Amino acid sequence: MDIQTLTYIIVVASFSLYIGIAIWSKASTTGEFYIAGGHVHPVANGMATAADWMSAASFISMAGIISFMGRDGSVYLMGWTGGYVLLAMLLAPYLRKFGKFTVPDFIGDRYYSSIARLVAVFCLIFISFTYIAGQMRGVGIVFSRFLEVDINTGVIIGMGIVFIYAVLGGMKGITYTQVAQYCVLIFAYMVPAIFISILITGNPVPQLGFGSQIVGENIYLLEKLNNVLTDLGFNAYTDSSRAKIDIFCITAALMVGTAGLPHVIVRFFTVPKVRDARASAGWALLFIAILYTTAPAVSSFSRLNFIDTVNETPYQSTPEWFRNWEDIGLISWADKNQDGIIQYRPGNALEKVKPRFTSERGANGERLVSNERTSNENEIYIDRDIMVLANPEIAQLPNWVIALVAAGALAAALSTAAGLLLVISSAISHDLMKKTLMPSISEKQELALARISAAIAIGVAGVFGIYPPAFVAQVVAFAFGLAAASIFPAIVMGIFSKRMNSVGAITGMIAGLVFTACYIIFFKFVSPELNNPDNWFLGISPEGIGVIGMIVNFSVSIIFSSLTKAPPIEVVELVDNIRLPGGGND
Amino acid sequence: MDKEKNKNLYWKLNLTIVGSLLAIWFMVSFGAGILFSENLDQFEIAGFKLGFWFAQQGSIIIFVFLIALYCFLMNKLDKRFNVEEE
Repeated sequence: MDIQTLTYIIVVASFSLYIGIAIWSKASTTGEFYIAGGHVHPVANGMATAADWMSAASFISMAGIISFMGRDGSVYLMGWTGGYVLLAMLLAPYLRKFGKFTVPDFIGDRYYSSIARLVAVFCLIFISFTYIAGQMRGVGIVFSRFLEVDINTGVIIGMGIVFIYAVLGGMKGITYTQVAQYCVLIFAYMVPAIFISILITGNPVPQLGFGSQIVGENIYLLEKLNNVLTDLGFNAYTDSSRAKIDIFCITAALMVGTAGLPHVIVRFFTVPKVRDARASAGWALLFIAILYTTAPAVSSFSRLNFIDTVNETPYQSTPEWFRNWEDIGLISWADKNQDGIIQYRPGNALEKVKPRFTSERGANGERLVSNERTSNENEIYIDRDIMVLANPEIAQLPNWVIALVAAGALAAALSTAAGLLLVISSAISHDLMKKTLMPSISEKQELALARISAAIAIGVAGVFGIYPPAFVAQVVAFAFGLAAASIFPAIVMGIFSKRMNSVGAITGMIAGLVFTACYIIFFKFVSPELNNPDNWFLGISPEGIGVIGMIVNFSVSIIFSSLTKAPPIEVVELVDNIRLPGGGND
Repeated sequence: MDKEKNKNLYWKLNLTIVGSLLAIWFMVSFGAGILFSENLDQFEIAGFKLGFWFAQQGSIIIFVFLIALYCFLMNKLDKRFNVEEE
């Protein structure tokens, strides 16, 4: 069977599974819609959290990015896993004991203030929409490459599927589809990784293959990769090329940001007990770690494979995948020395980095671009995303493995999109409507509102997918930076300090938010030409500035709360209560 | 009064557990994976330079164990102070 048919079969089968689960798990109360009734088993919640957390970026882009960053790619590996330690120890058990529906719920009640609640709602919606745009783009790319439908049609199909299970099933539907999606995505990630690991190193465990010798050669994989890269003029794969302080801050911002992401936090509201919330964070990280320890292995395998297959190969004898991806626009070749052979070297091949294709073809049949060529010897532009997507093709794996990767990438994108949509809709129907603007509505009306806002949010997300705002890639730093600078400190102080009051929390959140936002906006939008280490504050890039924002938040909060009145006695009792798992009265 | 004292002691022990585990968390990721990473590179296990291994694999594996240890210690503490949920 050809790849196309196989992909259709696997994708349709996985989608039917998701819809079947949605029908089986329809939500009928607000409790079920927001937090799945609080009855989710900790292992199931761990899987759902893992699928919720691992997005199109983790599945499609991360290994590719690391593949080109080498050692410095560890900021993503540590940054996107270390946050779970913070979640497990500083947030999850206490928020579970608090036992309400949303993140702004906690901030609103703990700081006895609807302003605090609204600031939290604002941060939450901003963070979540930033994130969703990327997921929808991922769905579109996968559809267009593997199923050869138009990107827009792909986005609309994806919206339809999410619509069915998010609007119908709420958190309950999302949770159980996420469990299924985790299984699909991890299987789809591991199978090609295992195959490639065996091909290159003979070791079926990619994590070990990463540190093994290459089949038939007496040299370790990483050593060979270092040699090959330095011969071509690149940095060695295992060497770092960024400033330590920047690496430190980016890692910290991603960790703290992860722990402050509302769609992740809210998953811990869905388990029955405090001890389940703790265990669930552990399961989640275990399930995530399976992919995250495989990713760097895949990165090194695919970089080596890529160089082997492409460098010094005549364009006309490149494998089929090379020209397929060129047709989609993710690869481009500029034959600078006109020898018909592809040279892969450091630096960007084209001015303005991304190729702008013309409709013409060159002497060897390659697509021509209108970009100026750079003066270096590199002739090839590669979009990092294809390292995972094309990996099975590069390694010449069977067709069903390629089809599986498509289904896995879709599962990763859809599960994250659904989780984000749910927190957006519950922030609107619960925090904005029920708790702030229309406190008199009944539970039934609130549930209807939740469904309507989920539907609208899907529509908006779809528009982002079809007309991707040019700034999407630029604002990912925003999502983590803002979560680190606003939500995380407010929750932590709400639990660990009895003295923190509403004035402190609100001024802190706003200060952290404004500082971080201004820094990122300045370097990414106002003066992008200044965006280099010489101009950065203490040498910290916009990606890592969230940590400083967090410190600003903590400092402002502590100063302002110490100057103003202590919180009322009920709030102190609330804090006492969430610190103990059980009633503690017997 | 005793109950109040007990509660305070429980919270203090909770903070001690969290504090010590987070210290390890910091040492393996920011310490071994970033700050002292290059110094550790002189040691090699299999094909890995040690600092590189901490940065790309080791820290993640240790994070998982840290949460497992946290669950174990906290469950024991809950039992000792009789603050488990019914």
